[in-house]
Amino acid sequence: MKPGTKFLIGALVIVAGVSGLIVTGVQETGVYFLTPTQLVSRTTSDPTFHDVGIKVGAKVVPGSVKRDQAARTIDFRVTDGANEFPVTYTGIVPDTFTDASNIEVIVSGKYGRDGVFHATEVLAKCGSRYEAELGKSRKA
Amino acid sequence: MTLLGQFSLWLALYAAIWGASVAFFGRWRERPELAATATRSTYGVAAALVVAALCLWKGLFAHDFNIEYVAQYTARNLPDAYVFAAFWAGQKGSLLFWASILSIFGAIAQTVTSKRHAELLPYVAAITNLVVAFFIITMLFSANPFERLPYTPEDGRGLNPQLQNPGMTIHPPMLYLGYISITIPFAFAMAALFSRRLDTGWIHAMRKWTILSWLFLSAGITLGMWWAYIELGWGGYWAWDPVENASLLPWLTMTAFLHSVMIQEKRGMLKRWNVGLIVASFLLSIFGTFITRSGIIASVHSFAQGTVGYFFLAFLILVAVVSFTVLYVRWPLLEPEARLESMASREAAFLFNNLALVGIAFSVLWGTLFPIISEAVRGTKITVGPPFFNRVNIPLALMLVALTGIGPLIAWRKASVQNLRRQFVIPVASGITVAVVLLGLGIRDIYALTAWSLAGFVVGTVTQEFGRGVRARHRMHGEPVPVALGRLVSRNRRRYGGYIVHVGFITYIAAFAGMAFKVTQEVTLGAGESAEIRSPFGHTYRLTHLGVSQYDQLNRFVSAASLEVRKDGVRIGRINSEKRQHRDSFGRNTFEPSTEVGIRSGLREDLYVVFAGSVNGTDRATYAITINPLVMWVWIGAGILIVGGLITMWPGGAVVGPGRRREAQAGYEAPLVGAGTAG
Repeated sequence: MKPGTKFLIGALVIVAGVSGLIVTGVQETGVYFLTPTQLVSRTTSDPTFHDVGIKVGAKVVPGSVKRDQAARTIDFRVTDGANEFPVTYTGIVPDTFTDASNIEVIVSGKYGRDGVFHATEVLAKCGSRYEAELGKSRKA
Repeated sequence: MTLLGQFSLWLALYAAIWGASVAFFGRWRERPELAATATRSTYGVAAALVVAALCLWKGLFAHDFNIEYVAQYTARNLPDAYVFAAFWAGQKGSLLFWASILSIFGAIAQTVTSKRHAELLPYVAAITNLVVAFFIITMLFSANPFERLPYTPEDGRGLNPQLQNPGMTIHPPMLYLGYISITIPFAFAMAALFSRRLDTGWIHAMRKWTILSWLFLSAGITLGMWWAYIELGWGGYWAWDPVENASLLPWLTMTAFLHSVMIQEKRGMLKRWNVGLIVASFLLSIFGTFITRSGIIASVHSFAQGTVGYFFLAFLILVAVVSFTVLYVRWPLLEPEARLESMASREAAFLFNNLALVGIAFSVLWGTLFPIISEAVRGTKITVGPPFFNRVNIPLALMLVALTGIGPLIAWRKASVQNLRRQFVIPVASGITVAVVLLGLGIRDIYALTAWSLAGFVVGTVTQEFGRGVRARHRMHGEPVPVALGRLVSRNRRRYGGYIVHVGFITYIAAFAGMAFKVTQEVTLGAGESAEIRSPFGHTYRLTHLGVSQYDQLNRFVSAASLEVRKDGVRIGRINSEKRQHRDSFGRNTFEPSTEVGIRSGLREDLYVVFAGSVNGTDRATYAITINPLVMWVWIGAGILIVGGLITMWPGGAVVGPGRRREAQAGYEAPLVGAGTAG
């Protein structure tokens, strides 16, 4: 076998390996990113969707934020204008998560059968600023 | 001032387009005297843009809040250093920064390039001018930094507190310098294609630019990690955020190029691939600027959406189409001069190194764009995060580390069994020793174990290379060891500088592996209460909450929480973490509160404390306490890497005449150790 051919085989093995890793990586670690309306319609048509980890991008309902600093729990409601549901999170929220009106958040977690979104991560994007910035929260 | 700035932008635009047209016209009509005009146009563009940049700085320092940009990013009470840095804090200023620096680089490239490559220069001028023109057009028609407001606010908005950090004054410009300087190699590659001068001339002409840009990127990325670590307060330095990824992409392709270009110089292979890598790096540098500046992907850094994104997208497509078309047209002229002779050769090692680097780049790009791709293809947005990137990239990175150790040991063309035996014994033994010691210490994390053992292997390789080189000089010239070492490095800067870069690289990898052992804990403590955390190195930290104090400072109101730290029972000091509420000169709150992390760094581990808030305004405080192992080694690795990089590009050394270009491809004048010639 010519060295060129050998290298080609080696290269194909690597390319196949990388492609495999990418495909299975997306399948196993990919997370749906939905709006509240998409999430609600998904879970109504397919209840097993309650058990899947997802991300939701929505706005915090003004005045709905309740903090319990001692227990490090924070409860709030999110909406996209059409659908609204409560979110609960235990952990430290980023600085950008404030009680100010119209902040946008990305919450990761599961939308439980109890109608509450149990978040494991909260990212906040602040609309009151020139730069749309995201703060990062630590995993709970 | 804005009038002058505005005028300078237009002037620069006309000069840039004029210069580019003249260059192409001159080559087309065979009128070499026009080449000088093209060169001069780059000086004109640079001068005009420097004036424009000074105008913006003038506006910033004069607190002319009638200028929208000044009002958006500064305030009266902003410290001067940050007023200076506000130049690149926003989208519009960054565009001006890009254009100005590129025009200066373009002018420098015209001046410093050896006359031997004079034929390339008009095209180089044309390409740099056109890229500058793109940035000026984007500014003039979409994001003008000199735009005025219909009214004058009493005070500006101030700079985002997260950007008020010393790291932030140098991280963005460093990264931009990296992005920007890639344009020069790209311009040379295009010039070579246009002019059909496709020997290694263009590569020699721009070699230092590739190293320079690679160094700026390395420094910029590391400074970004440092900023994220001390400012964002989530306890790490790399989160696979889209903007971080975007900065890594051109770094990966440039790293691939720096290796594969050696094959072209030495063996005349991979010519097409190398041009492709340069084009890809340039596209990725524009893509990086685009991601950062368009808000297309949600990220810590991205700016509000605007029409700027469309300009960038159009430019990316245009550049890709034009470059690859030209490459296609010149394809037959880029016929390789040799073929791969053996899998046991340095060429093969470099080819695999390129595959690994491009594989990483591809997977990072894919993961970064996946939300967009999945939405377009399947109608649902799917995101991938750190688990995806780690899973795909850790194996590839480990392969890369292994190749870092293997590459320098194998001879060019075809290594003999004897060569392999002679070269590999010490490094492999060194790797195995590390593995055995770590296993003995009870480390079972497979990735960390592999990473550290491979690092041991690479250290073995580099030490052996240095050792043999020094011994040979010592024996042949009778030089004492330190002198021999100094001369060895200074006579073969590219080779030994490269080895030092390798040491820097594996230092990073070893430090990254340390993060597998990170420990974290969240606690709420009253004054006098303590928390305990055990580090992976077996130390026990006892942290006692001392209380929360509040005071005014500069442009902010500070709530500071203090902890007394005892390590294994011995008091080692205090650690403070702050919540800051920034205020404008009228005492009104600006921005959300920001957190200042408390860090106690050490060679082994960092104690990293975040004050997350006090309970209902009392002295009870919530903390996140993290122990981050080996973080210091990331910064040390950066230092080593930069020193190595500087050595490889330090000017001087043997003057290379065109006649002996082949042999003199820097570094290879020395007999290759292991090629059977060293004794």
